[in-house]
Amino acid sequence: MNNLNFLSDYLIASLNLAVPLAFAALGGMYSERSGVLNIALEGMLITGAFSSAAATFYTGNPWLGVLCALIAGGLVGLLHAFLCVTLYVNQLVSGLAINLVAAGLTSFLARLVFNGSSTQRLPGIEPMVIPGLANIPILGSLLFQQDALVYLLITLVAVSIYIFFHTSFGLTLRAVGEYPQAAATAGLSVSKVRYLAVVVSGCLASLGGADLTLVQIKFFTEGMSAGKGFIAIAALIFGRWHPLGTALACLLFGATEALQLRIQAFGANIPYQFLVMLPYAIALFALLGLAGKSIPPQGLGVPYSPENQQDNL
Amino acid sequence: MPSRYIAGEQNLHGIILPKADLLGGNHWIMITNKRFQLLLPIRSPLIAIASAFIIGAMLILLAGANPITAYTALFQESLTTYFGFGNTLTKMTPLLFTSLGVLVALRAGQFNIGGEGQIYLGALGSTLIGLYVQGIPAVIHIPLALLAGFLFGAVWGWIPGYLKAVRGINEVITTLLLNYIAVNLVSYLVQNPLKSPGAPSPYSPLIAKEAQLPIILPQSLAHAGIILALMAAGILWVLLARSPLGYQIAAVGFNPTAAHYARISVKNTIMLVMALAGGLAGLAGASEVMGLKYRLFEQVSSGYGFDAVAIAFLSRGSIGGVVLTSLFFAALRSGANVMQRSAGVPVTIIYAIQGLTVLFIAISLAVERRIKTQTNAEV
Repeated sequence: MNNLNFLSDYLIASLNLAVPLAFAALGGMYSERSGVLNIALEGMLITGAFSSAAATFYTGNPWLGVLCALIAGGLVGLLHAFLCVTLYVNQLVSGLAINLVAAGLTSFLARLVFNGSSTQRLPGIEPMVIPGLANIPILGSLLFQQDALVYLLITLVAVSIYIFFHTSFGLTLRAVGEYPQAAATAGLSVSKVRYLAVVVSGCLASLGGADLTLVQIKFFTEGMSAGKGFIAIAALIFGRWHPLGTALACLLFGATEALQLRIQAFGANIPYQFLVMLPYAIALFALLGLAGKSIPPQGLGVPYSPENQQDNL
Repeated sequence: MPSRYIAGEQNLHGIILPKADLLGGNHWIMITNKRFQLLLPIRSPLIAIASAFIIGAMLILLAGANPITAYTALFQESLTTYFGFGNTLTKMTPLLFTSLGVLVALRAGQFNIGGEGQIYLGALGSTLIGLYVQGIPAVIHIPLALLAGFLFGAVWGWIPGYLKAVRGINEVITTLLLNYIAVNLVSYLVQNPLKSPGAPSPYSPLIAKEAQLPIILPQSLAHAGIILALMAAGILWVLLARSPLGYQIAAVGFNPTAAHYARISVKNTIMLVMALAGGLAGLAGASEVMGLKYRLFEQVSSGYGFDAVAIAFLSRGSIGGVVLTSLFFAALRSGANVMQRSAGVPVTIIYAIQGLTVLFIAISLAVERRIKTQTNAEV
């Protein structure tokens, strides 16, 4: 029974660690499927984390915190879209700049907002127990005693699969990401689609940040996104830019992180660093075709400008 | 004939080589006013920096401090006092090396955001020579350790270069992924095989005295690494601006297809610049170990690799610009602590200012280019 509890705890920890990653990775997927490279996921995560914490701190209502995170994340997405789509700024540079500003601003503002009370626990989002189903051993506590954000995430993965592969909007989005010239010739507005995708991307990634502050840690600390945005990018690559694949990759990376934390906590003499680098190594192998060939959208990172076709080669 | 071919330079192979712009587009200075032309390259960065500082001032006001006091504290000690300037030079060394690496890759159109990982590998390489090679004079030991740092970094840069050139895999993604592998590799090594016996926290034993870089400003932290970095900048300038290889790199950066028809090996050029970029970042790691800490430790770099991308971008690909911008970023980094102590403004505000500077530069360059495109269209 003890082993069973350990297993169940481990699975729950894995799922919890995977949730913020999955929100961010799913967000990254919308952006990158539309052809806009999103290195700014890290900045969007920390923005979501901070804005949800600040709003909850002032209002006492975590759901207003989630709303605030959505708005703030959407604005960051809008900024990224404006820079990349309207101004043709290099997408990498835009992402890095957003990460810098987000990290600097959130930790600066955190000192002003939570001045001295940064360790005070915020009212978080509590788990919702689904009666009946919650009593199934292991699976019950894993899937049916979670908070609303987990249910939302699972729904979003399913909805994303539907949107991407079964709606005309999904087809448009993918066309814009693969070959914007052709999409434009077919009468689609490349910039409108990209704007929408990047804003959605910001909203989703910031939900991951809200999950960090409102569900898991219950307060905001500087730099709490701790590279999760980059792991999300690795998950996106390993998951081949597919909603389900990406979500499963996040679960795997969550599981390695949970394992790594347990090894460190027990002081076992296993070099945990290799587990930490595992997500990145797996993503690299995936790109190499050693772990299933992972091919990015063809138009990824290439600005599309209707006036200047030579830039799009 | 599109207007973009008008103001190019012609190289040995007869290819028109316009000045490649970091934004991915191209820049032509169509305005004939000489003085305006000279001012143009620095005008946008200056406006951008000023705007970033104005927003920074508002934030400082928000924190209840006086912006003028804070900014005075930020730059006074780091640029005008002996120790403060020594500190700034110390921070400038890795920034300059790494940004030169980003710049050389950019010239060939490659984005190297793997500076962070390459720094760690370079630090590892020089540490191994510093630890396991003993009893040779400094004149041999120092170059040897630097070479090891360069080579380790170069390998870490060559891998994404190879993957890009031969397998067509986006170097932005691979360099990013390789960063984390390098950081954790070094973390493992200093916690296990390289750990100094009985050390309270993970770090390696001291490297040999002969492998340590001399201090150039007595009693301060400033070491000979900055001289090496400035020399590297000089050599790189000659290489890029005055050698056939420089033209080859620029040709690949401007138009790989045209470069290919001019019998330039695009693949080899990409691998070469990425290895060179990694090597330069490796030297940053080597100088941190050999000049500052004298041992390998867990946090060799605190985001120098990412700052370097911003620096190369802000300098618009000019080597002089990279030197100045590295100095500026280093002054910000070393002054931030002073500002926190004397004006009570949190250190983190400088990250916001740096990020805003990059954002504004990006915006102003984009606007500038748009205006130019319109002017060209009218011509």
